Order: sequence, then structure tokens, then C-alpha cells
Amino acid sequence: MTTEVTSAAAEFARRQQSPLQRVQHQLHGRPWLSPLFLLFVAFVSFFIATPTFLTPSSMGILLQQTAVVAALAVGQTLVILTAGIDLSVGAVMVLSMMVMATLSRDDGMPGILGLAIGLLLATGAGALNGLLVTRINLPPFIVTLGTLSIFTAIALLYSGGESIQANHLPDLLNFLGQGFGIGSFRLTWGIVLVILIYAVIGFVLSQTAWGRYVYAVGDDPESARLSGVPSKRILLAVYTVAGLIYGLAAWILIGRAGAATPNAFPDANLASITAVVIGGTSLFGGRGRLVGTLIGALIVQTLQFGLSQMGVDQQWRVLATGILVIIAVAVDQWIRKVKA
Amino acid sequence: MTLQNPSVRRSLAVTVAVSAAFGLSACNRASTTDTGSSGGGGEATVGVTLITKDSTNPFFVAMQKGAKADAAKNNVKLTVASGKQEGDDQGQITAIEDAIARGDKGILITPMSDGVNAAIKKARDAKLFVIALDTPPDPADTVDITFATDNRSAGKLDGEWAAAQLDGKPAVIALLDLFSDKIVSVDYNRDQGFLEGMGIDVADGKKNGDEAKTGKYTGGKGGDYTIVCNEASNGAEDGGRTAMEKCLAKNPNINLVYTINEPAAVGANAALKAANKTALIVSVDGGCAGVDSVKSGVIGATAQQYPLKMATLGMEAIAKIARGGEAPKVTEGLDFFDTGVALVTDKKADGVDSISSEEGAKICWGN
Repeated sequence: MTTEVTSAAAEFARRQQSPLQRVQHQLHGRPWLSPLFLLFVAFVSFFIATPTFLTPSSMGILLQQTAVVAALAVGQTLVILTAGIDLSVGAVMVLSMMVMATLSRDDGMPGILGLAIGLLLATGAGALNGLLVTRINLPPFIVTLGTLSIFTAIALLYSGGESIQANHLPDLLNFLGQGFGIGSFRLTWGIVLVILIYAVIGFVLSQTAWGRYVYAVGDDPESARLSGVPSKRILLAVYTVAGLIYGLAAWILIGRAGAATPNAFPDANLASITAVVIGGTSLFGGRGRLVGTLIGALIVQTLQFGLSQMGVDQQWRVLATGILVIIAVAVDQWIRKVKA
Repeated sequence: MTLQNPSVRRSLAVTVAVSAAFGLSACNRASTTDTGSSGGGGEATVGVTLITKDSTNPFFVAMQKGAKADAAKNNVKLTVASGKQEGDDQGQITAIEDAIARGDKGILITPMSDGVNAAIKKARDAKLFVIALDTPPDPADTVDITFATDNRSAGKLDGEWAAAQLDGKPAVIALLDLFSDKIVSVDYNRDQGFLEGMGIDVADGKKNGDEAKTGKYTGGKGGDYTIVCNEASNGAEDGGRTAMEKCLAKNPNINLVYTINEPAAVGANAALKAANKTALIVSVDGGCAGVDSVKSGVIGATAQQYPLKMATLGMEAIAKIARGGEAPKVTEGLDFFDTGVALVTDKKADGVDSISSEEGAKICWGN
């Protein structure tokens, strides 16, 4: 009975809206809906445009190409949700990767130990970011700009600028590059790990008190503090968890590249931020969903891969990504203006 | 959210409409993407991907330009990609995977580092023919074959020319190399080739700076030589200038300067000018700017390479293989396919083949 009444009222309200407003309302409730729509359009377009796009093997490759960015973007999402930004994403990953690889190259140390130390180091690096943000009250942009240089330099000093090939590394470090598949559709264990990370962090963000605190801190730190949210502890935890995730991304990258190179993936910071932004998470914090980030990462890679399959030159692909970012943020701004 | 929801239904309709529009315009492109499975050696389109280190270095720009111009002639569907910058292994790996997925028959690549070896192996496993351009990868057998300049003979041409120009006078030599902290083949091949061309005993041919500092050179009419310095220039103008300043501080009478490339030569010239000195400068590369420096007299002679030829010859080789032809073979006596070198100078020397700066400008990097 009551449901009928409510739905009638809702129907009445809806009739008063223009079609565009209704779309706006839909998107406001589900910020990941517009990126999902974009992804869908991209898929259909490329499917029609090029015969090599929607084949099982291509889809496997697309997922492999997305894995590392998608992993990094989880950490970046957490930080951005707290209204911060992390410019040290790539640096933490590379540092962790070089430490993992150097420690365990050619039986220097059992793979499990090298891996553990690498992950610990990444976690520590994240915690350092968090401490600088919470204890010295420096803006995250400045903190991570500084640690970006610091971690990069340490990675280069530690590795001596030398890259390490997969055949000098224990199986465990290469494990995430291996995979399984049905026919020509091949997935790597790295992709499985990425999905796991999304599932766990996604659950924590949407279903736990800790997750709600993260949103609260990002939305309005002052009122969060006044309502008893331990803001500083939450922030510190966010940066620390982000660090751990970058460490996992390092492990994935070793498997994917078949080597640990001190200057691998120079684009990691911007790529991770791009995925988050296109995924509908607000750079001002407090608003966004992890699933949006996953879709965002997929959109960027799909666009790159699809255009590449069409034989479009790289500069045009980069240009397209730039346009996409601006459209995505413009749509996001429009959605935020929704009338209550 | 259900299909009864009008806004959802509308967005679905829009999706289909937009997709159709996108798709139709792209359809024509798609129909040309016949990667040619016909084995009859016909003129089926062959897919080739060219992957450079970046897309701003003039050397790679020349490669891309040449390959694009040549693609249509050979009925090749060329895709050009690169790392975003020096060191972007990930960008090259992605480009290699894209090529495999596209069903290309081969890849031309200037490998960023050994970080892309695993991806190259994947491509070869998928039956793509992989040609390295400019520099062989480490190890060299990572790729099917390398198309490159013979840097040693490039250096040799410089040395022979310089010895002839000296006409028996003593040679006081500055060697402006690439790096001092790492050993790369292009560095020692050019430097040691130059000394060999001069007729100086190089001791270990793969090591810069281990030759006797003074002695006799036997090139040209022969005479006494002094090697003042081996300095790193990083292959750039400012590096060349700093290096030359250090050398001049050691010995102001330098009259012959070997430089790893033309930017370093320009820097060396600036240092000489500032010190109010003149010296013969020889170099390697032969880019259009470098040839211009020869014309204006900054550089005495430069050994010209042909990056455009590397790309076009490589592309033609892949097209040939895809149409049932034979794979290219390495140049005799070398472990790569030599794309040739020519000495560009306006001061001809007896017994040294050369072309003028005017001729050099016409074919600088194959333009």
C-alpha cells in the first residue's frame, strides 16, 4: 500500500522533470553509470570498426594491459576519496619492484621473502606519506611530490640503474604473469589478483564503518572530526593500505613485463589519476565508487587498444584520452548540479 | 533499475544510435585491414608495426616519416607507436601486444631496454617477424635480425678523413664520447673506429681510453699523435661544451676533435670559439641539422646514417616474408644488416669516399 503511494508520488515528481533531468538524477544516484555507458559505447563501436577487437585473445590482452593501472588506481581512489592525491604511486611501485627483484635474483633470497620485504617496504612508503600528511599537516600534493622524487631516486640508487630479467628471478615473482585460459582467451593470475583487490577494498568501502569514515573524512574533515571520526587514523590507514596495493601492483608488473626495470611505466601516476577521474570519483573527495575506477581504467585501455587495432597512430590515441578526461569531468560536474 | 524505466530505455536507444554512427564511419577503415592470409605471394595487405623509443627524437621522427611514405607503395598497413618517453618499457610492451592482436606480420622496433625482451619473445612465438632498428637488443638474438648502421666503419671514415687532412702534422686529439659510466656498443664502436681510421693502435677494440696516449698515427702521411682526453658528452650540446672545456684545460693545443654525434660537436665548437681556438671536428649521425653544420664549417666531416632506410628496408623485408619470400640475411662479416653510411664533407680527402654537404642535405636521414 505504502509502496504504491510512494511510487505514485515518485511518478508525479518524475513527470515534472525534463528527460535530461531524469538522466541527471539517475546518474547522480549511480556515479558509475555514465562511465559504464561510455565503456559500452566504446565496445560496440570498436566491435563494428575492427574485426580484431572483440576476439577472445584480444579481450585477454586488453585485460592484461589494464591490470597494473587498475591495481594502482585502487590506491589512488582511496587517497582521492579523502580529498588527497597521490603522485608517488609509480615511484612506490618501482621501488618495491626493484627491491623484490634485487633481493631474490638468482637465489639471493627465497622468492617469498623477497616478495614479503618488497610488499612491506611499499606499505611503509605509503605509511610515510600518511605520516607526513597527518603529523606535519602538509598537503598530500606536496608530500607525494616530494616522496615521488625520493622513492624514485632510492629505486635507482638501490638497483644501480640495472634491470633484472625474469629468468634471473624465482618463479614466485613471475607467477602473476602466468595464466590460464579457455581457447585463445587467456587470463593471468595478475588479473585474478586485481579482481580480488577490487572485491576486498570495494566491500570494505561500501559495507564497513571504516569505509564510511573514509568518505566522511573526504567530504568534510571538520564535521567528520566533530562527529567522532578518528580522521588522522583513517588518513594514515588510507595511505598505508594504498602503499600495500602499489606493492602488489609491483608484483603484477614484474610478471607482466617479464623483467624488473628501474624506469618502467613512467606514466603510472597520471594513468592512475585518469582512471579514477573518468570513473566518476570526485577530485574534491567524498564522492565516488571503486567500481567506477575499474570501469575508468577499462575505458582508457579500451580506447587505446581499440584505436590501436584500427591502426590509428599513437598521438591520436593520446589526444582521444585527453578529450575523454575532460568530457568525463564535465559530465561529473553536471551531475553534481542535480536539483534535490 | 529496470527496462521499464524510461530514462534507461532512452539511454539504450541513444547507445545503439551512437554506436551505429561510429561504426559506419569506421567500417571503411576496417575493410582495408585484410592482413593477407593468401600464400600465393600476391599483393595482399601486410600489417606492420613500427615501434620507436619516443616520437620526438628527430632520428625516430625520420624513421616514422619514411616508413609511412613507403607503406602505401608496398601495400603495407603500417601502425606507428612508441614509448611516451625514453625509458617507457611499458609503452613498447603494450604496442607489441597490440601488434600481435591486430594480426600484424611483423614488428620493427628500436628496443627501449632488455625490459621489452619478454614481449618480443611473445611476438616471435606468435609468428611475427621482429626486426630491431638502429641498435641490436641485448642479447642480439632476441630479435630475428637487426638493421643498423655499421658504427665502426662510420668512425673509421671520420678517422681516415682526419688523418688525410692533417697532412703529416702532429695530431692533438680530444675524444668526446657518449658516456663515461656505462658501456654501450655505439660508443666504443664509433670512438675505436675513428682511432683505427687514424691508424692508431686501439689496444682492446671494445674499450675506450686504453690506447697509448702518445705515439705515431699511420693514416694519411702519418705523424705524431697525442690523445688529450676521453670525456663524456651525453650526446648533447651542453655536454659537448663542458667536455671540450675540460679537454682544453688539459691541453689548449688540441687540433682534432672526435665527437660521438653532432649535438656534441656543436657544443665542442662553442667551447673552442669561446677559447678563441680552432680545430678540425669530426662527428657521426648526418641528421639535417648536422649536415647544415658541415656546410657552415662548424663540423669538418660527419658520417651519415640512414634511419629512414632502416625503417623502409625493414618494412619491405617483412612484406616480402609475409608474401612467401625469404627472410633477410645479415651483412657478411657483421651480425646485423648494414644499412650503409656515407661521409659528408666539403673538404674532400684523397682516398676517402665522401659526398658534399649539398648532396648530404638531400638525403639527410633519408628525407
